[in-house]
Amino acid sequence: MSAPSVLWLTVFFVVPTLLVVAISFHPAAPDGGIGKAWTLDTWRHISNPNYPAIVWRTLWISAATAASCVVLALPCAFAIARMQKKWRAIMAGLIMLPFWTSFVVRVFAWRLLLHPEGFLKHLLMTLHIAEPNTQLLYNSGAILLVSIYSFLPFAIMPIYAAAEKFDFSLLEAARDLGAKSFFAFRKVFIPGIRRGVVSATLMVFIPSVGSYVIPDLVGGKNSELIGNKIYQRTFPDRNLPHASALSAVMAIGVLVPLGFVALFLRRQDRCEAMRLADAGGTKQRGGAA
Amino acid sequence: MKRNPFPLVVLIVVVVFLYLPIAVLTANSFNTSRFGGTWEGFTLKWYYQLLLDNQVWIAFANSLLIAAGATLSSCVLGTTAALALHRWNTRLQVFHYSLIYTPLVIPEILMGISLLLSFTAVGIDCGLHTILIAHTTFCVSYVTMTVLSRLQDFDDSLIEAARDLGANAWISFIKVQFPLLLPGIVSGGLLAFTLSIDDFVITFFVAGPGSSTLPLMVYSMIKHSPKLPVINCLSSVMLLLTCLLVLASRALQNFRGNKAA
Repeated sequence: MSAPSVLWLTVFFVVPTLLVVAISFHPAAPDGGIGKAWTLDTWRHISNPNYPAIVWRTLWISAATAASCVVLALPCAFAIARMQKKWRAIMAGLIMLPFWTSFVVRVFAWRLLLHPEGFLKHLLMTLHIAEPNTQLLYNSGAILLVSIYSFLPFAIMPIYAAAEKFDFSLLEAARDLGAKSFFAFRKVFIPGIRRGVVSATLMVFIPSVGSYVIPDLVGGKNSELIGNKIYQRTFPDRNLPHASALSAVMAIGVLVPLGFVALFLRRQDRCEAMRLADAGGTKQRGGAA
Repeated sequence: MKRNPFPLVVLIVVVVFLYLPIAVLTANSFNTSRFGGTWEGFTLKWYYQLLLDNQVWIAFANSLLIAAGATLSSCVLGTTAALALHRWNTRLQVFHYSLIYTPLVIPEILMGISLLLSFTAVGIDCGLHTILIAHTTFCVSYVTMTVLSRLQDFDDSLIEAARDLGANAWISFIKVQFPLLLPGIVSGGLLAFTLSIDDFVITFFVAGPGSSTLPLMVYSMIKHSPKLPVINCLSSVMLLLTCLLVLASRALQNFRGNKAA
Protein backbone atom coordinates (compact mmCIF):
# COMPACT_ATOMS: atom_id res chain seq x y z
CA MET A 1 0.00 0.00 0.00
CA SER A 2 2.96 2.29 0.52
CA ALA A 3 4.15 1.51 -3.01
CA PRO A 4 2.36 4.32 -4.93
CA SER A 5 3.47 7.20 -2.74
CA VAL A 6 6.99 5.87 -2.13
CA LEU A 7 7.44 5.36 -5.85
CA TRP A 8 6.02 8.76 -6.75
CA LEU A 9 8.08 10.67 -4.20
CA THR A 10 11.24 8.75 -5.09
CA VAL A 11 10.86 9.58 -8.78
CA PHE A 12 9.71 13.17 -8.39
CA PHE A 13 11.39 14.23 -5.16
CA VAL A 14 14.45 12.15 -4.20
CA VAL A 15 15.89 11.63 -7.68
CA PRO A 16 15.46 15.31 -8.70
CA THR A 17 17.12 16.44 -5.45
CA LEU A 18 20.12 14.17 -6.07
CA LEU A 19 20.19 15.35 -9.67
CA VAL A 20 20.64 18.96 -8.54
CA VAL A 21 23.85 18.00 -6.76
CA ALA A 22 25.06 15.94 -9.74
CA ILE A 23 24.35 18.68 -12.28
CA SER A 24 26.44 21.19 -10.34
CA PHE A 25 29.49 19.07 -11.28
CA HIS A 26 28.73 19.22 -15.01
CA PRO A 27 29.55 22.10 -17.37
CA ALA A 28 26.82 24.19 -18.99
CA ALA A 29 26.22 23.34 -22.63
CA PRO A 30 26.16 26.24 -25.12
CA ASP A 31 22.51 25.51 -25.99
CA GLY A 32 21.41 26.06 -22.41
CA GLY A 33 21.40 22.37 -21.55
CA ILE A 34 23.80 20.33 -19.45
CA GLY A 35 27.19 19.13 -20.72
CA LYS A 36 28.34 15.51 -20.41
CA ALA A 37 31.81 16.08 -18.90
CA TRP A 38 32.55 16.34 -15.17
CA THR A 39 34.02 19.56 -13.83
CA LEU A 40 34.59 21.63 -10.69
CA ASP A 41 34.42 24.93 -12.59
CA THR A 42 30.95 25.84 -11.32
CA TRP A 43 31.95 25.42 -7.70
CA ARG A 44 35.15 27.43 -8.29
CA HIS A 45 33.04 30.16 -9.83
CA ILE A 46 30.56 30.15 -6.94
CA SER A 47 33.29 31.02 -4.45
CA ASN A 48 33.97 34.39 -6.14
CA PRO A 49 33.34 37.35 -3.82
CA ASN A 50 29.93 38.17 -5.27
CA TYR A 51 28.16 35.09 -4.02
CA PRO A 52 29.31 34.96 -0.39
CA ALA A 53 27.89 38.49 0.03
CA ILE A 54 24.50 37.31 -1.23
CA VAL A 55 24.60 34.17 0.92
CA TRP A 56 25.50 36.30 3.92
CA ARG A 57 22.65 38.76 3.24
CA THR A 58 20.18 35.89 2.85
CA LEU A 59 21.28 34.41 6.15
CA TRP A 60 21.13 37.64 8.15
CA ILE A 61 17.75 38.68 6.75
CA SER A 62 16.39 35.19 7.51
CA ALA A 63 17.83 35.25 11.03
CA ALA A 64 16.43 38.74 11.67
CA THR A 65 13.03 37.65 10.31
CA ALA A 66 13.01 34.56 12.53
CA ALA A 67 14.02 36.56 15.62
CA SER A 68 11.42 39.28 15.03
CA CYS A 69 8.68 36.74 14.34
CA VAL A 70 9.43 34.84 17.55
CA VAL A 71 9.51 38.04 19.61
CA LEU A 72 6.10 39.07 18.22
CA ALA A 73 4.68 35.55 18.41
CA LEU A 74 5.48 35.01 22.12
CA PRO A 75 3.05 37.59 23.55
CA CYS A 76 0.45 36.69 20.89
CA ALA A 77 0.55 32.99 21.69
CA PHE A 78 0.51 33.81 25.40
CA ALA A 79 -2.56 36.00 25.00
CA ILE A 80 -4.42 33.42 22.89
CA ALA A 81 -3.59 30.56 25.24
CA ARG A 82 -5.09 32.48 28.18
CA MET A 83 -8.40 33.04 26.40
CA GLN A 84 -11.54 30.95 26.77
CA LYS A 85 -11.77 27.88 24.56
CA LYS A 86 -14.18 29.40 22.06
CA TRP A 87 -12.06 32.52 21.61
CA ARG A 88 -8.89 30.46 21.27
CA ALA A 89 -10.31 28.64 18.22
CA ILE A 90 -11.50 31.90 16.67
CA MET A 91 -8.16 33.65 17.19
CA ALA A 92 -6.16 30.69 15.86
CA GLY A 93 -8.37 30.67 12.76
CA LEU A 94 -7.99 34.42 12.36
CA ILE A 95 -4.19 34.16 12.53
CA MET A 96 -4.02 31.25 10.09
CA LEU A 97 -6.49 32.49 7.47
CA PRO A 98 -4.14 34.97 5.73
CA PHE A 99 -1.54 32.22 5.54
CA TRP A 100 -3.79 30.16 3.27
CA THR A 101 -4.45 33.00 0.86
CA SER A 102 -2.24 33.56 -2.14
CA PHE A 103 1.30 34.43 -1.17
CA VAL A 104 1.93 36.48 -4.31
CA VAL A 105 -1.20 38.52 -3.66
CA ARG A 106 -0.15 39.34 -0.09
CA VAL A 107 3.31 40.45 -1.19
CA PHE A 108 1.69 42.52 -3.91
CA ALA A 109 -0.52 44.15 -1.27
CA TRP A 110 2.62 45.34 0.51
CA ARG A 111 4.04 46.63 -2.73
CA LEU A 112 0.90 48.77 -3.00
CA LEU A 113 1.14 49.97 0.60
CA LEU A 114 4.82 50.89 0.26
CA HIS A 115 4.40 52.36 -3.22
CA PRO A 116 5.59 56.01 -3.54
CA GLU A 117 1.94 56.98 -4.11
CA GLY A 118 0.54 54.36 -1.76
CA PHE A 119 -1.35 54.39 1.52
CA LEU A 120 1.55 54.00 3.95
CA LYS A 121 3.67 56.70 2.34
CA HIS A 122 0.75 59.13 2.53
CA LEU A 123 0.15 58.20 6.15
CA LEU A 124 3.81 58.60 7.11
CA MET A 125 4.00 61.94 5.30
CA THR A 126 0.92 63.27 7.10
CA LEU A 127 2.55 62.24 10.37
CA HIS A 128 5.77 63.97 9.19
CA ILE A 129 7.73 60.74 9.60
CA ALA A 130 8.56 60.35 5.91
CA GLU A 131 9.96 62.94 3.50
CA PRO A 132 8.45 63.18 -0.01
CA ASN A 133 11.54 61.40 -1.39
CA THR A 134 11.76 58.66 1.25
CA GLN A 135 11.98 55.32 -0.54
CA LEU A 136 10.01 52.63 1.28
CA LEU A 137 10.28 49.99 -1.44
CA TYR A 138 13.22 48.21 -3.04
CA ASN A 139 15.58 47.77 -0.09
CA SER A 140 16.52 45.20 2.55
CA GLY A 141 14.22 46.85 5.09
CA ALA A 142 11.21 46.23 2.85
CA ILE A 143 12.27 42.58 2.44
CA LEU A 144 12.55 42.21 6.21
CA LEU A 145 9.15 43.82 6.85
CA VAL A 146 7.30 41.75 4.25
CA SER A 147 9.08 38.56 5.36
CA ILE A 148 7.98 39.15 8.95
CA TYR A 149 4.45 39.74 7.69
CA SER A 150 4.43 36.61 5.53
CA PHE A 151 5.97 34.19 8.00
CA LEU A 152 4.52 35.44 11.30
CA PRO A 153 1.68 32.85 11.36
CA PHE A 154 4.36 30.11 11.07
CA ALA A 155 5.84 31.40 14.32
CA ILE A 156 2.60 31.97 16.21
CA MET A 157 1.10 28.52 15.56
CA PRO A 158 3.86 26.28 17.01
CA ILE A 159 4.37 28.60 19.99
CA TYR A 160 0.63 28.69 20.60
CA ALA A 161 0.44 24.88 20.34
CA ALA A 162 3.08 24.67 23.08
CA ALA A 163 1.52 27.47 25.16
CA GLU A 164 -1.85 25.74 25.10
CA LYS A 165 -0.32 22.83 27.02
CA PHE A 166 1.53 25.11 29.43
CA ASP A 167 0.40 25.02 33.05
CA PHE A 168 -0.38 28.68 33.78
CA SER A 169 -0.62 28.10 37.52
CA LEU A 170 3.19 27.96 37.43
CA LEU A 171 3.18 31.62 36.43
CA GLU A 172 0.86 32.46 39.31
CA ALA A 173 3.17 30.60 41.65
CA ALA A 174 6.10 32.65 40.39
CA ARG A 175 4.11 35.85 40.87
CA ASP A 176 3.14 34.78 44.38
CA LEU A 177 6.79 34.24 45.15
CA GLY A 178 7.40 37.85 44.19
CA ALA A 179 8.45 37.67 40.52
CA LYS A 180 7.44 40.64 38.36
CA SER A 181 5.19 39.64 35.47
CA PHE A 182 7.85 40.05 32.79
CA PHE A 183 10.40 38.19 34.89
CA ALA A 184 7.97 35.31 35.34
CA PHE A 185 7.21 35.34 31.60
CA ARG A 186 10.92 35.12 30.78
CA LYS A 187 12.01 32.65 33.45
CA VAL A 188 8.99 30.36 33.64
CA PHE A 189 6.84 30.68 30.51
CA ILE A 190 9.56 30.79 27.83
CA PRO A 191 11.54 27.80 29.17
CA GLY A 192 8.25 25.92 29.47
CA ILE A 193 7.45 26.31 25.79
CA ARG A 194 11.00 26.17 24.40
CA ARG A 195 10.11 23.39 21.95
CA GLY A 196 7.51 25.63 20.36
CA VAL A 197 10.04 28.44 20.18
CA VAL A 198 12.60 26.17 18.49
CA SER A 199 10.16 24.93 15.86
CA ALA A 200 8.81 28.45 15.29
CA THR A 201 12.35 29.68 14.62
CA LEU A 202 12.87 26.93 12.05
CA MET A 203 9.45 27.35 10.44
CA VAL A 204 10.31 30.98 9.75
CA PHE A 205 14.01 30.65 9.02
CA ILE A 206 13.69 27.92 6.38
CA PRO A 207 11.16 29.56 4.04
CA SER A 208 12.92 32.89 4.34
CA VAL A 209 16.22 31.35 3.24
CA GLY A 210 14.34 30.01 0.21
CA SER A 211 12.45 33.20 -0.41
CA TYR A 212 12.24 34.43 -4.00
CA VAL A 213 8.95 36.30 -4.44
CA ILE A 214 9.56 38.80 -1.61
CA PRO A 215 13.03 40.00 -2.69
CA ASP A 216 11.90 40.02 -6.32
CA LEU A 217 8.83 42.19 -5.68
CA VAL A 218 9.88 44.50 -2.84
CA GLY A 219 13.69 44.20 -2.87
CA GLY A 220 16.04 46.17 -5.07
CA LYS A 221 19.21 45.65 -7.11
CA ASN A 222 21.32 45.89 -3.96
CA SER A 223 19.27 43.52 -1.87
CA GLU A 224 19.26 40.32 -3.92
CA LEU A 225 19.00 36.98 -2.11
CA ILE A 226 20.05 33.45 -3.15
CA GLY A 227 16.52 32.85 -4.46
CA ASN A 228 16.88 35.70 -6.97
CA LYS A 229 20.23 34.37 -8.15
CA ILE A 230 18.83 30.85 -8.65
CA TYR A 231 16.07 32.32 -10.79
CA GLN A 232 18.50 34.47 -12.81
CA ARG A 233 20.83 31.55 -13.49
CA THR A 234 17.91 29.32 -14.46
CA PHE A 235 15.97 31.57 -16.81
CA PRO A 236 17.60 34.76 -18.13
CA ASP A 237 21.16 33.29 -18.12
CA ARG A 238 20.15 29.67 -18.71
CA ASN A 239 23.15 28.31 -16.82
CA LEU A 240 21.65 25.25 -15.14
CA PRO A 241 24.85 23.98 -13.42
CA HIS A 242 25.21 27.37 -11.73
CA ALA A 243 21.61 27.28 -10.61
CA SER A 244 22.18 23.77 -9.25
CA ALA A 245 25.25 24.75 -7.28
CA LEU A 246 23.38 27.70 -5.74
CA SER A 247 20.46 25.42 -4.86
CA ALA A 248 22.88 23.03 -3.19
CA VAL A 249 24.25 25.96 -1.14
CA MET A 250 20.69 26.89 -0.17
CA ALA A 251 19.93 23.28 0.80
CA ILE A 252 22.98 23.29 3.07
CA GLY A 253 21.81 26.56 4.62
CA VAL A 254 18.52 24.86 5.46
CA LEU A 255 19.70 21.39 6.43
CA VAL A 256 22.50 22.43 8.80
CA PRO A 257 20.23 24.32 11.25
CA LEU A 258 17.63 21.55 10.87
CA GLY A 259 20.23 18.93 11.85
CA PHE A 260 21.44 20.99 14.80
CA VAL A 261 17.92 21.36 16.11
CA ALA A 262 17.19 17.66 15.70
CA LEU A 263 20.32 16.90 17.74
CA PHE A 264 19.43 19.52 20.35
CA LEU A 265 15.91 18.16 20.76
CA ARG A 266 17.17 14.59 21.06
CA ARG A 267 19.65 15.64 23.76
CA GLN A 268 16.89 17.47 25.60
CA ASP A 269 14.70 14.41 25.36
CA ARG A 270 17.45 12.32 26.88
CA CYS A 271 18.00 14.85 29.70
CA GLU A 272 14.28 14.94 30.35
CA ALA A 273 14.09 11.14 30.43
CA MET A 274 17.02 10.99 32.83
CA ARG A 275 15.49 13.61 35.06
CA LEU A 276 12.18 11.77 35.11
CA ALA A 277 13.93 8.49 35.87
CA ASP A 278 15.86 10.27 38.59
CA ALA A 279 12.73 11.82 40.05
CA GLY A 280 11.05 8.41 39.96
CA GLY A 281 14.07 6.94 41.76
CA THR A 282 13.97 9.64 44.40
CA LYS A 283 10.30 9.04 44.98
CA GLN A 284 10.91 5.32 45.34
CA ARG A 285 13.74 5.90 47.73
CA GLY A 286 11.59 8.36 49.63
CA GLY A 287 8.82 5.79 49.74
CA ALA A 288 11.16 3.11 51.04
CA ALA A 289 12.37 5.39 53.74
CA MET B 1 -4.28 38.64 40.31
CA LYS B 2 -4.18 41.53 37.85
CA ARG B 3 -3.17 40.41 34.40
CA ASN B 4 -0.66 42.32 32.38
CA PRO B 5 -2.52 43.73 29.34
CA PHE B 6 0.66 43.88 27.23
CA PRO B 7 0.31 40.47 25.44
CA LEU B 8 -3.28 41.22 24.46
CA VAL B 9 -2.28 44.62 23.05
CA VAL B 10 0.48 42.97 20.97
CA LEU B 11 -2.01 40.38 19.73
CA ILE B 12 -4.46 43.03 18.59
CA VAL B 13 -1.71 44.99 16.84
CA VAL B 14 -0.52 41.79 15.12
CA VAL B 15 -4.01 40.89 13.89
CA VAL B 16 -4.40 44.40 12.47
CA PHE B 17 -0.95 44.05 10.89
CA LEU B 18 -1.96 40.73 9.31
CA TYR B 19 -5.22 42.02 7.84
CA LEU B 20 -4.39 45.63 7.00
CA PRO B 21 -2.62 44.98 3.65
CA ILE B 22 -5.39 42.63 2.53
CA ALA B 23 -8.07 45.13 3.53
CA VAL B 24 -6.35 48.02 1.77
CA LEU B 25 -5.90 45.90 -1.34
CA THR B 26 -9.55 44.86 -1.46
CA ALA B 27 -10.76 48.40 -0.76
CA ASN B 28 -8.56 49.72 -3.54
CA SER B 29 -10.05 47.37 -6.07
CA PHE B 30 -13.18 49.56 -5.74
CA ASN B 31 -11.22 52.80 -5.76
CA THR B 32 -11.29 55.11 -8.78
CA SER B 33 -7.73 56.24 -7.97
CA ARG B 34 -5.02 54.33 -9.82
CA PHE B 35 -2.47 54.00 -7.01
CA GLY B 36 -4.83 53.95 -4.08
CA GLY B 37 -3.01 56.58 -2.04
CA THR B 38 -6.27 58.44 -1.63
CA TRP B 39 -9.93 57.51 -1.98
CA GLU B 40 -11.45 59.04 -5.09
CA GLY B 41 -14.79 57.32 -5.22
CA PHE B 42 -16.37 53.89 -5.63
CA THR B 43 -16.17 52.12 -8.97
CA LEU B 44 -16.67 48.70 -10.49
CA LYS B 45 -14.90 49.58 -13.74
CA TRP B 46 -11.72 47.69 -12.85
CA TYR B 47 -13.76 44.54 -12.26
CA TYR B 48 -15.45 45.09 -15.59
CA GLN B 49 -12.04 45.34 -17.29
CA LEU B 50 -10.99 42.13 -15.54
CA LEU B 51 -14.06 40.28 -16.80
CA LEU B 52 -13.23 41.24 -20.37
CA ASP B 53 -9.63 39.99 -20.15
CA ASN B 54 -9.43 36.74 -22.10
CA GLN B 55 -5.97 35.82 -20.78
CA VAL B 56 -7.30 35.82 -17.24
CA TRP B 57 -10.05 33.38 -18.14
CA ILE B 58 -7.57 31.03 -19.84
CA ALA B 59 -5.30 31.16 -16.78
CA PHE B 60 -8.29 30.54 -14.53
CA ALA B 61 -9.29 27.47 -16.55
CA ASN B 62 -5.68 26.16 -16.38
CA SER B 63 -5.59 26.71 -12.62
CA LEU B 64 -8.87 24.85 -12.10
CA LEU B 65 -7.80 21.97 -14.33
CA ILE B 66 -4.45 21.55 -12.58
CA ALA B 67 -5.94 21.95 -9.10
CA ALA B 68 -8.62 19.34 -9.84
CA GLY B 69 -6.10 16.89 -11.28
CA ALA B 70 -3.57 17.42 -8.49
CA THR B 71 -6.29 17.08 -5.85
CA LEU B 72 -7.53 13.79 -7.27
CA SER B 73 -4.10 12.19 -7.69
CA SER B 74 -2.76 13.47 -4.36
CA CYS B 75 -5.87 12.19 -2.57
CA VAL B 76 -5.29 8.69 -3.91
CA LEU B 77 -1.55 8.75 -3.18
CA GLY B 78 -1.98 10.52 0.17
CA THR B 79 -4.72 8.22 1.47
CA THR B 80 -2.79 5.06 0.61
CA ALA B 81 0.31 6.58 2.17
CA ALA B 82 -1.54 7.46 5.38
CA LEU B 83 -3.07 3.96 5.60
CA ALA B 84 0.37 2.38 5.15
CA LEU B 85 1.99 4.68 7.72
CA HIS B 86 -0.80 4.01 10.19
CA ARG B 87 -0.81 0.23 9.80
CA TRP B 88 2.88 -0.68 9.72
CA ASN B 89 5.82 0.36 11.80
CA THR B 90 8.76 -0.89 9.77
CA ARG B 91 12.01 0.60 8.50
CA LEU B 92 10.35 1.21 5.14
CA GLN B 93 7.68 3.29 6.87
CA VAL B 94 10.29 5.36 8.68
CA PHE B 95 11.79 6.13 5.27
CA HIS B 96 8.29 6.66 3.88
CA TYR B 97 7.46 9.13 6.65
CA SER B 98 10.60 11.14 5.98
CA LEU B 99 9.70 11.18 2.26
CA ILE B 100 6.32 12.64 3.16
CA TYR B 101 7.68 15.01 5.77
CA THR B 102 10.70 16.53 3.99
CA PRO B 103 8.77 18.29 1.18
CA LEU B 104 6.81 20.11 3.91
CA VAL B 105 9.94 21.72 5.34
CA ILE B 106 12.25 22.44 2.41
CA PRO B 107 11.89 25.78 0.60
CA GLU B 108 9.60 25.61 -2.41
CA ILE B 109 12.21 27.01 -4.75
CA LEU B 110 14.37 23.91 -4.22
CA MET B 111 11.54 21.62 -5.25
CA GLY B 112 10.82 23.83 -8.25
CA ILE B 113 14.37 23.89 -9.54
CA SER B 114 15.00 20.20 -8.93
CA LEU B 115 11.88 19.25 -10.89
CA LEU B 116 12.77 21.63 -13.71
CA LEU B 117 16.28 20.18 -13.91
CA SER B 118 14.95 16.62 -14.00
CA PHE B 119 12.44 17.42 -16.73
CA THR B 120 15.21 19.11 -18.72
CA ALA B 121 17.63 16.24 -18.16
CA VAL B 122 15.10 13.65 -19.36
CA GLY B 123 14.00 15.87 -22.24
CA ILE B 124 10.38 16.49 -21.21
CA ASP B 125 9.02 19.84 -22.41
CA CYS B 126 7.36 21.89 -19.71
CA GLY B 127 3.65 22.62 -19.84
CA LEU B 128 0.44 21.84 -17.99
CA HIS B 129 1.47 18.19 -17.49
CA THR B 130 4.70 19.14 -15.68
CA ILE B 131 2.77 21.56 -13.44
CA LEU B 132 0.34 18.75 -12.65
CA ILE B 133 3.19 16.41 -11.66
CA ALA B 134 4.82 19.09 -9.50
CA HIS B 135 1.58 20.01 -7.74
CA THR B 136 0.73 16.37 -7.06
CA THR B 137 4.20 15.94 -5.52
CA PHE B 138 3.82 18.69 -2.93
CA CYS B 139 0.10 18.05 -2.28
CA VAL B 140 0.67 14.38 -1.36
CA SER B 141 2.38 15.41 1.89
CA TYR B 142 -0.49 17.65 3.00
CA VAL B 143 -3.18 15.07 2.21
CA THR B 144 -1.19 12.34 3.97
CA MET B 145 -0.78 14.45 7.10
CA THR B 146 -4.48 15.34 7.20
CA VAL B 147 -5.69 11.77 6.69
CA LEU B 148 -3.07 10.45 9.12
CA SER B 149 -4.37 12.75 11.87
CA ARG B 150 -7.91 11.43 11.21
CA LEU B 151 -6.61 7.86 11.36
CA GLN B 152 -5.14 8.52 14.78
CA ASP B 153 -8.69 9.05 16.11
CA PHE B 154 -9.95 6.04 14.19
CA ASP B 155 -11.18 3.11 16.25
CA ASP B 156 -9.32 0.12 14.76
CA SER B 157 -11.61 -2.34 16.54
CA LEU B 158 -14.34 -1.41 14.02
CA ILE B 159 -12.28 -3.15 11.32
CA GLU B 160 -11.75 -6.15 13.55
CA ALA B 161 -15.49 -6.30 14.15
CA ALA B 162 -16.16 -6.22 10.41
CA ARG B 163 -13.57 -8.95 9.84
CA ASP B 164 -15.09 -11.08 12.62
CA LEU B 165 -18.46 -10.72 10.95
CA GLY B 166 -16.99 -12.25 7.82
CA ALA B 167 -16.00 -9.26 5.68
CA ASN B 168 -12.72 -9.67 3.82
CA ALA B 169 -10.00 -7.00 3.98
CA TRP B 170 -11.26 -5.18 0.91
CA ILE B 171 -14.94 -5.16 1.92
CA SER B 172 -14.14 -3.99 5.43
CA PHE B 173 -12.07 -1.15 3.98
CA ILE B 174 -14.74 -0.07 1.47
CA LYS B 175 -17.73 -0.50 3.78
CA VAL B 176 -16.29 0.54 7.14
CA GLN B 177 -13.02 2.39 7.07
CA PHE B 178 -13.40 4.44 3.89
CA PRO B 179 -16.77 6.06 4.75
CA LEU B 180 -15.45 7.02 8.18
CA LEU B 181 -12.26 8.45 6.69
CA LEU B 182 -14.05 10.31 3.91
CA PRO B 183 -14.40 13.66 5.74
CA GLY B 184 -10.65 13.58 6.43
CA ILE B 185 -9.87 12.77 2.81
CA VAL B 186 -12.18 15.52 1.53
CA SER B 187 -10.71 18.04 3.95
CA GLY B 188 -7.19 17.03 2.83
CA GLY B 189 -8.36 17.32 -0.75
CA LEU B 190 -9.70 20.85 -0.20
CA LEU B 191 -6.36 21.74 1.33
CA ALA B 192 -4.56 20.33 -1.73
CA PHE B 193 -6.92 22.25 -4.02
CA THR B 194 -6.26 25.51 -2.16
CA LEU B 195 -2.50 25.03 -2.18
CA SER B 196 -2.47 24.06 -5.83
CA ILE B 197 -4.59 26.99 -6.97
CA ASP B 198 -2.39 29.43 -5.00
CA ASP B 199 1.05 28.01 -5.71
CA PHE B 200 3.45 30.33 -7.41
CA VAL B 201 7.11 29.43 -6.94
CA ILE B 202 7.06 25.76 -7.98
CA THR B 203 4.65 26.48 -10.85
CA PHE B 204 6.86 29.32 -12.02
CA PHE B 205 9.79 26.94 -12.47
CA VAL B 206 8.01 24.06 -14.18
CA ALA B 207 5.53 26.02 -16.36
CA GLY B 208 6.20 26.06 -20.07
CA PRO B 209 5.26 28.72 -22.60
CA GLY B 210 1.50 29.18 -22.84
CA SER B 211 0.70 27.31 -19.63
CA SER B 212 -0.08 30.20 -17.33
CA THR B 213 -2.03 29.77 -14.10
CA LEU B 214 -3.72 32.52 -12.07
CA PRO B 215 -0.78 33.19 -9.71
CA LEU B 216 1.63 33.26 -12.68
CA MET B 217 -0.74 35.64 -14.41
CA VAL B 218 -0.92 37.97 -11.40
CA TYR B 219 2.85 37.87 -11.10
CA SER B 220 3.50 38.77 -14.70
CA MET B 221 0.89 41.53 -14.46
CA ILE B 222 2.64 42.89 -11.35
CA LYS B 223 6.00 42.81 -13.12
CA HIS B 224 5.00 44.05 -16.56
CA SER B 225 1.51 45.48 -16.76
CA PRO B 226 0.62 49.07 -15.88
CA LYS B 227 -2.98 48.05 -15.07
CA LEU B 228 -2.51 48.22 -11.30
CA PRO B 229 -6.23 48.43 -10.31
CA VAL B 230 -7.10 45.37 -12.42
CA ILE B 231 -4.47 43.39 -10.51
CA ASN B 232 -6.20 44.53 -7.30
CA CYS B 233 -9.45 43.08 -8.57
CA LEU B 234 -7.90 39.78 -9.62
CA SER B 235 -6.11 39.58 -6.26
CA SER B 236 -9.32 40.29 -4.34
CA VAL B 237 -11.13 37.58 -6.28
CA MET B 238 -8.32 35.11 -5.50
CA LEU B 239 -8.40 36.05 -1.80
CA LEU B 240 -12.13 35.46 -1.67
CA LEU B 241 -11.82 32.13 -3.48
CA THR B 242 -9.18 30.82 -1.05
CA CYS B 243 -11.02 32.04 2.02
CA LEU B 244 -14.13 30.18 0.89
CA LEU B 245 -12.15 26.99 0.29
CA VAL B 246 -10.45 27.19 3.69
CA LEU B 247 -13.73 27.88 5.48
CA ALA B 248 -15.30 24.89 3.69
CA SER B 249 -12.41 22.68 4.78
CA ARG B 250 -12.72 23.95 8.37
CA ALA B 251 -16.48 23.44 8.43
CA LEU B 252 -15.99 19.87 7.29
CA GLN B 253 -13.46 19.16 10.02
CA ASN B 254 -15.72 20.69 12.64
CA PHE B 255 -18.72 18.76 11.36
CA ARG B 256 -16.74 15.58 11.89
CA GLY B 257 -15.53 16.76 15.28
CA ASN B 258 -19.06 17.58 16.50
CA LYS B 259 -20.36 14.21 15.44
CA ALA B 260 -17.57 12.45 17.31
CA ALA B 261 -18.33 14.52 20.39
